[in-house]
Amino acid sequence: MMPETSTRWRRKDLLGIAELSPAEIELILDTAESFAEIGERPIKKVPTLRGKTVLNLFFEASTRTRSSFEIAEKRMSADNINFSTSGSALEKGETLIDTALNLQAMAPDLVVIRHGHPGVPHMLAQRIEAGVINAGDGAHEHPTQALLDAFTIRRHKKTLGGLKIAIIGDIEHSRVVRSNVHLLTRMGARVTLGGPRTLMPAGLEKMGVEAAYTLEDAIRGADVIMMLRIQLERQGRMSFPSVKEYFQLFGLTTERLKAAKEDVIIMHPGPMNRGVEIASEVADGPYSVILEQVTHGVSVRMAALYLLSGVQEETA
Amino acid sequence: MSAKLLIHGGRVIDPSQDLDGVFDLLIEDGRVAKIDGKVQKPKDAETFDASGLVVSPGLIDIHVHLREPGQEYKETVRTGTMAAAAGGFTGVACMANTDPVNDSRSVTEHILLEARRHGYAHVYPVGAISKGLRGEELAEIGEMIRVGARAISDDGKPVMNAELMRRALLYAQHFGIRVIQHAEDLNLTGEGVMHEGEWSTKLGLPGIPGSSEDVMVARDLILTEDTAGRYHVAHLSTARSLDMVRRAKAQGIDATCEVSPHHLILTDEEVAKRDFSTSTKMKPPLRSEKDRDALLNGLADRAAVDCIASDHAPHHADEKDVQFSLAPFGIVGLETTLSLCLDRLVRPGIVSLPRLIELLSTGPARVLGLPGGTLKEGSPADVTVFHPDEEVTLRAAAFRSKGKNTPFDGWKLHGHPVATFLEGRRITVA
Repeated sequence: MMPETSTRWRRKDLLGIAELSPAEIELILDTAESFAEIGERPIKKVPTLRGKTVLNLFFEASTRTRSSFEIAEKRMSADNINFSTSGSALEKGETLIDTALNLQAMAPDLVVIRHGHPGVPHMLAQRIEAGVINAGDGAHEHPTQALLDAFTIRRHKKTLGGLKIAIIGDIEHSRVVRSNVHLLTRMGARVTLGGPRTLMPAGLEKMGVEAAYTLEDAIRGADVIMMLRIQLERQGRMSFPSVKEYFQLFGLTTERLKAAKEDVIIMHPGPMNRGVEIASEVADGPYSVILEQVTHGVSVRMAALYLLSGVQEETA
Repeated sequence: MSAKLLIHGGRVIDPSQDLDGVFDLLIEDGRVAKIDGKVQKPKDAETFDASGLVVSPGLIDIHVHLREPGQEYKETVRTGTMAAAAGGFTGVACMANTDPVNDSRSVTEHILLEARRHGYAHVYPVGAISKGLRGEELAEIGEMIRVGARAISDDGKPVMNAELMRRALLYAQHFGIRVIQHAEDLNLTGEGVMHEGEWSTKLGLPGIPGSSEDVMVARDLILTEDTAGRYHVAHLSTARSLDMVRRAKAQGIDATCEVSPHHLILTDEEVAKRDFSTSTKMKPPLRSEKDRDALLNGLADRAAVDCIASDHAPHHADEKDVQFSLAPFGIVGLETTLSLCLDRLVRPGIVSLPRLIELLSTGPARVLGLPGGTLKEGSPADVTVFHPDEEVTLRAAAFRSKGKNTPFDGWKLHGHPVATFLEGRRITVA
């Protein structure tokens, strides 16, 4: 069941997609393929990470990502410990550096971290010996999300090269977009980003993507559509006037879906706002692969944990 | 008894009198007595051999934060002026965002008293424009000027209220001083922590658009024209702002500007290259390549850039050793500026050595109407001596400043300060 591949994982950390080569991306995806089968067994547990300690540090609320990592860790028999914001040292005024040093003193093997500020996982990675997995840092990166998205697309479309992929929504504040843009463009897909101009960040043209400012333009001929969560708190704060108007302009409905390819797949990183960025008829409809993404998330995170744990080296 | 000093054999460059050549410089009683190809050493004179070195009017940095009173853990008048002397500067103008704010005579007097007691360089306080830097009502500007303030600024904060700015430009004319603006529209800056562009987008950090500076400079130039005021843009960082200042000057508007070494040397890409290092976080932020090129192009042009100022902004290591979004803005500059400018501006031929000295001495003196910036006979003998091209390594740990926050730690550069003289007296930094 161990993946057969010529590429070796050489990084201590998985901080972002930006620094990964296509070979490294493929290594993670191929490794995830070999772990996917474990989730289909009646007894979903292998001893691969027995004796390894994994800390899950979530400084920002998360249900899906945190559970996904926890399940991945448990399926591989790692010992995991969870810290979340409530009652954590940071709220008691301890600096992040001190938190990192304290954690280091407990000698974990891997640290999974989510934080609201970009660059925090990088800072942590420089200070501690454990491997660090970025589970989302502000609007910067969310590498395992992009990897599970790629895994899902590969399952349906065989390859990423040449696909037309539309990502729609709050581009400016989305870490999912950034990691996906790095991954998809690197693997040869054509990416179009769509959304209101007020939620499009500067300098997109330098990222090798196209921008579109209507939903139809963005999804025309698309093989894959990713809808992003619209943060309701941005409503009325100069980004868009109301949820109602947002849905009229950028909400994905069955009618509008006709502009895309016939075999288009619809994705969403969650959590969804039904009736805001996506109509229920689409989210629950035949093109939707949204729940598959969640399933594959576990496989991809098992792969990341496995590669970073160094087990591959130890057994090689 | 008259103290005499002969600085001999150096290349003397004085932009104020278009002087550039090997001369001897005789100082008597704290003033420049004579400059000539060969000056006979008076019997009772001390000497300084400047062979192979450059001798210039003392360098002046018109934008530093000495943090005293109130934030002595970051810097004091003493350590800040030690840093100045170590960096080749004989004068600094210090900003008003202390605690309490320098918005009154007593704070101005306190700073000057500290400078007289413990100073290693001349200190020229900049008073606040508004009380408490709150941007609501004018501070007692006349009182501060009377005891020694040299200009006014709310630096650290912009004057957002256009009416207050208009009033300041009018009122300052009673005292013949310049109004220095930290040009930034806070609404456009928002939560921004780095330049808005390709790199802020890639890093997911909130951006500060160039327009945040530009709309303020545009507004202020209009107000300066209408009031016939005297205006100075602090740490100008964008191509468009420089262009507007250049055009305003051509129209006869009394506007001047300074640029900072870090904006001439680094760009916003540096934040990514250094993996979110907080030593790349300052305001204005490191801008785009296009902005940097425009500043470099404007540097040689007297009709564009008036001076270089470091915006020396010391912070405690603990304050900077946090995530990028939370770190305070600012880097130190007094002990890096001269070497950076010699290596990155003169060595590649972007500016001549005489022009650099103009930007660091004669220019800043002219902008704020300060004594110095010249070696004309009879003027105060504030002198800087530096090596034009010997290699040094910048070491933050060895800075005299309490602040070690610099992106230039470990840089190998050609050229460095050797000595400063304050009214003829050699300054030795302990």
